[in-house]
Amino acid sequence: MTAVPDIEFRAVTKRYGAVTAVSGIDLAIPPSAFVALLGPSGCGKTTCLRMIGGFEQPSEGQVLIRGRDMAGTPPYRRPVNMVFQQYALFPHLDVEDNISYGLRQARPRLSSREISQRAGEALSMVQLAGYGRRKIHELSGGQQQRVALARALVNKPAVLLLDEPLAALDKKLRTDMQIELQNLQREIGITFVLVTHDQEEALSMSDFVCVMNGGRIVQLGQPSEIYDEPADLFVADFVGKTNLISGKVAGLSGDLVDVALADGTVIAARKRVPLSRGEAVSVSLRPESLSLSAPGGGSLQGIVRNRIFLGSTAEYAIEVQGIGSLLAKADHVMGQGNLFKPGEPVAIGFAAGAPLAFPHANNNGTNQREDQNAEILS
Amino acid sequence: MRGSLFRKNLVTTLLLAPAALWLVVFLVLPFIAIAIFSVGERAPEGGYQAALTFAQYANLPARATAFWNTMVLAPIGALACLLVAYPVAYYLALRAPDRWRLILLALIVIPFWTSLLMRTYAWMYVLGGRGIPALLAYVGIEDLRLINTPGAVLLGIVYGYLPLMILPIYVSLERLDRRLLEASADLGATPLSTFLGVTLRLSLPGVMTGFSLVMILLLGEYLIPTLLGGGKVFFIGNALVDLFLQSRNWPFGSAIAITLVLVSVVVLIVANRISTRLSGARRVDLI
Repeated sequence: MTAVPDIEFRAVTKRYGAVTAVSGIDLAIPPSAFVALLGPSGCGKTTCLRMIGGFEQPSEGQVLIRGRDMAGTPPYRRPVNMVFQQYALFPHLDVEDNISYGLRQARPRLSSREISQRAGEALSMVQLAGYGRRKIHELSGGQQQRVALARALVNKPAVLLLDEPLAALDKKLRTDMQIELQNLQREIGITFVLVTHDQEEALSMSDFVCVMNGGRIVQLGQPSEIYDEPADLFVADFVGKTNLISGKVAGLSGDLVDVALADGTVIAARKRVPLSRGEAVSVSLRPESLSLSAPGGGSLQGIVRNRIFLGSTAEYAIEVQGIGSLLAKADHVMGQGNLFKPGEPVAIGFAAGAPLAFPHANNNGTNQREDQNAEILS
Repeated sequence: MRGSLFRKNLVTTLLLAPAALWLVVFLVLPFIAIAIFSVGERAPEGGYQAALTFAQYANLPARATAFWNTMVLAPIGALACLLVAYPVAYYLALRAPDRWRLILLALIVIPFWTSLLMRTYAWMYVLGGRGIPALLAYVGIEDLRLINTPGAVLLGIVYGYLPLMILPIYVSLERLDRRLLEASADLGATPLSTFLGVTLRLSLPGVMTGFSLVMILLLGEYLIPTLLGGGKVFFIGNALVDLFLQSRNWPFGSAIAITLVLVSVVVLIVANRISTRLSGARRVDLI
């Protein structure tokens, strides 16, 4: 990459007293990218965003914006703007005055004609033309979201920071806004940095996903890469739904390992890190990579416990003796009576290369997954 | 259904009755009495004699000095209170470390545990001949008069009413969403413009509440001007005491009292208008 990155983190560490929120992060965000910082709460993603905005100072390392070290530069002198969680719109100003707030701060001063013209353009951009004189509390959540976007973008920032921007919206609006944000980013062509704990949001909107955990970057890649080739057990578990099955390494052959499961079945799995014979591992199997068929074939035998019919797909919770509950997802073809019923025995198969083996770790993610499966079964 | 509605109304009535009774006996009836007195005449031996005349109101200019002193010193006192209180409230709400906040707030309220009379007496001695002037005499500053000056009254006012100004401002600043300050900085506003454009604007309801609270109390102030102003700085409150208890001119005193109430109401309404106009946010509901 020859272009100067829009945002660069160089060995950035942030401590609050004895707590380390971010530890030794290196990250370069290329121009015009839509990047998501994804992770569970407390992983340091918001702290990173706030260090770009200038609301927090790194304890160690440097944060650069377009190649300039931002140490000691206050928020009001940084060429970035933020869409805050819950928007932080000014309640004492109407929509237009909220949007033109940043323009009024510009020095040298802008003419009032330019201010109102640019505010008008920003309003139309977020489809709120004609709403300029409304009070903030008269707007719906979705409209407030748009005002917050317009208020940030009207200043033509080098980078737009979005802190969980969709968290307060209902599901339908969220999907609409995801598409709108994507379109806006392409139209304007500036870098968007999005912070979210919602993996679906991160995968659906961004060009790059930066998965964080415990103050570190665990994986950086395109959404499909993150989903298909998770770097470790945490990513496999946190991004998308997956089945984690415990086993022991029984044999090694190149990129593949044979894993002996608790019930004695041996399956071939790909490995992402070196493993040794006899090592305890977790095998990740995505629900959609499982295929169900009549008993007899397949690699594992189980009994359907629950069926969740979702229209285009159906999800099954399947009890496998000695292994536990597995989640399978099957496409539903209309008119084809291919649904299994609860209580029915089924055979489970999967494509070669679908299972991924990771060194076993009793991390929180695994427990969380078990909770979710339990929820489905209850 | 009708029965339960009736019972609900009955409960409401019973709960409100003591307060209503209290207000009627000790506020409404005396107010009516004063209003009637104000259009009466002074009985030859003092007190009230029935009549219907506005002579007492026409005579108001006779106490113009008291009105003038009150109308000048009350706003100035409230303003001085505000200037001292705002930084304190700001520090408490936005800057003070969490574990200190409660202690500092308590320190502001604790003086209330001692009567204002006692504390003002204390000031009499501090400002009097054997107080600060005596200390200053040691370093060569002679003949400085502090007690019985408008300055002493102002000092007493700021000292006595400061907590009433600090608390409502503190409440409105404490409620202020800190992210609005970050948003303002994010949009390029310097700390000064953030303060003027966001912090001050959104704390105006608290400011107006504190200001009108102190202002109204000052309009009826009696104690501080008596003790710290000597006979020189005469407030309406002092004029009232004088008229009712010394010269026993009840009708004239009543006319002054009614005028004072009307002025207070006007002050309240204006303050309210200003604060709702200036900030879209809701008022601080203290009065």
